[in-house]
Amino acid sequence: MTTVIKAPGEAAAEKRASATGHPRGKRKSGSDGMVLNVFSHGFLAVWGIMIILPLIWLVLGSFKTDVQIGESALSWPANWHFDAFPRAWDKGIGSYFANTLIVMVFSVPLTMLLGSMAAYVLARYPFRGNRPIYYFFVSGAMFPVFLALVPLFFMVKRLDMLNTFQGLILVYVAYSMPFTVFFMHSFFRTLPTAVHEAAVIDGASHTRIFFQVMMPMAKPGLISVGIFNVLGQWNQYILPSVLMQPQTGSDPERYMLTQGLIQLQYQMGYETDLPVLFAGVTIAMIPMLVVYLSFQRQIQAGLTSATLK
Amino acid sequence: MSHVANSKGRGGFIAGFLILPLALYLTFVIWPYIQTFGYSFTNWTGQSPTFDFVGLDNYSALMKDEVFRGALLHNLLLLVFVPAITILISLFFAFMLNAGGRSGAGGVQGVAGSALYKVIYFFPQVLSLAILAVLFGAVYRSDEGGLLNGFLTKLGLVDPAHPIEWLNEPNFVLWCLLLVVVWHGVGFYLVLFSAAMQSIPKDIYEAALLDGAKRAQTFFKVTLPLLWDSVQTSAVYLGIAAMDMFVLVSTMTSGQFGGGPDHHSEVMATVLMRNFLYFGKAGYACAMGVVMLVLTLILSAITLRATRREHVEF
Repeated sequence: MTTVIKAPGEAAAEKRASATGHPRGKRKSGSDGMVLNVFSHGFLAVWGIMIILPLIWLVLGSFKTDVQIGESALSWPANWHFDAFPRAWDKGIGSYFANTLIVMVFSVPLTMLLGSMAAYVLARYPFRGNRPIYYFFVSGAMFPVFLALVPLFFMVKRLDMLNTFQGLILVYVAYSMPFTVFFMHSFFRTLPTAVHEAAVIDGASHTRIFFQVMMPMAKPGLISVGIFNVLGQWNQYILPSVLMQPQTGSDPERYMLTQGLIQLQYQMGYETDLPVLFAGVTIAMIPMLVVYLSFQRQIQAGLTSATLK
Repeated sequence: MSHVANSKGRGGFIAGFLILPLALYLTFVIWPYIQTFGYSFTNWTGQSPTFDFVGLDNYSALMKDEVFRGALLHNLLLLVFVPAITILISLFFAFMLNAGGRSGAGGVQGVAGSALYKVIYFFPQVLSLAILAVLFGAVYRSDEGGLLNGFLTKLGLVDPAHPIEWLNEPNFVLWCLLLVVVWHGVGFYLVLFSAAMQSIPKDIYEAALLDGAKRAQTFFKVTLPLLWDSVQTSAVYLGIAAMDMFVLVSTMTSGQFGGGPDHHSEVMATVLMRNFLYFGKAGYACAMGVVMLVLTLILSAITLRATRREHVEF
């Protein structure tokens, strides 16, 4: 919404600045540039509204009543009901949230640690079989997860880890390995060897060099790949929906947030309590919005470089 | 001295650092991948411990499976349109952001507020597909309470007594899903193309302007060739996403694991899951997994080949 209000003002300010500051620009495409500027802002603003409007509309829905949601899409909440939020939390969003956090507290650091260890050895220690092992790790990124799904389910079942946090943690770590190794491998290669040699002369062991010299130096790389893993694992839906189903009647629900939201959608479809569903989605969106707005530069840079490399 | 220290415990260190990551990766990724090929030649149900080798029966059954063939067709349709539409829109916006502003002394420049646009456009990328599914499920609601129907009713384009049932219209459902993917993806690819555009040296544009190139010419003759690598990568990524589609289809459309109405939004992944978890045909589902892999590999190879251009260094 802000774009719409802001755009004309900014465009005008820009026009003034360039009219006074850059007389040379007028020569060729003064009017052409202005038309184009309005044209660009028009398109850009429309897309901006298309992104924001559905999100705001959904959040507003959590303050409405179910009847009001059904009657008209374009109504403002008549009376602001805040009770959908605590109800959504009690319907399970709270525990799904906690489940996701529990898994990620272990899976993300473990992914980073194991991925970096493998990448470090492969990047900096020439040994027989180095290249094959590296390609072996990286090739996993090419295959669709559906290819593995059926045997994976039975593998986890055989290990007696269906619907357990530790099972999902290990699976998340394993599936994050190709990309993490790939990314950290190229990062470790760029680090200077002089520091490493100095540490060796000082008598540090290989392990110690890794933890006290290389890992701190690789911090920018770790942050990029860390963001990628956090987003990827937080948003994962297919793996938990196959591996985290209660196995018996007495088995507790250990749904992840994404899986829980879909569950809530089915449930609220029957109970016709859409404000609870909308409130649940709003609750799920808030941490992502906060993380995104705080780190948006790093997130954009991290994800872009991750794709291009 | 340093060589002695270097070799001391070197082998043990390498092995120690590789063993855990390799073990996990082998157990949960590689071994299941390999097993899929084996199971795809059996009539395994998933429940019983025993199963028979049936050769290529699953594959020939796949060929005759109307639902799977429809799903394959839908995947191919998405495979063409998802990358094409997403890349076109994001290239257009990226060019607007970076070169859509007034031409000043520096030649071509971006529009004001481009940073703000990028922040907004990129946001859907951090939302999970599950959130998108709920959000767009509500947007496409089949009554006036849906954002789209409500909006069109207000404009007088839709009769309030008969709102459009977007996700239940056989001819609309796939396009509705496609729109969600595009909505989600444009911001990311825009930022990607934007980054690539910004790495193009300014003097190339200036030279083109001095030679009298128009904006459109600049785009097609200068920007696009220099961006080709990123466009190619994007096409592969979007293609892989279009081969999947499981989350959106299974949660937004009707039917067990989605695919409705009457299989009009079916994709391979939903057919696979239904056969595996609902019909108990694990072997058959594995054969579908193999088909998906083969198609993904063919797709990547074709995209890389078809879009190959001479690489430009600058």
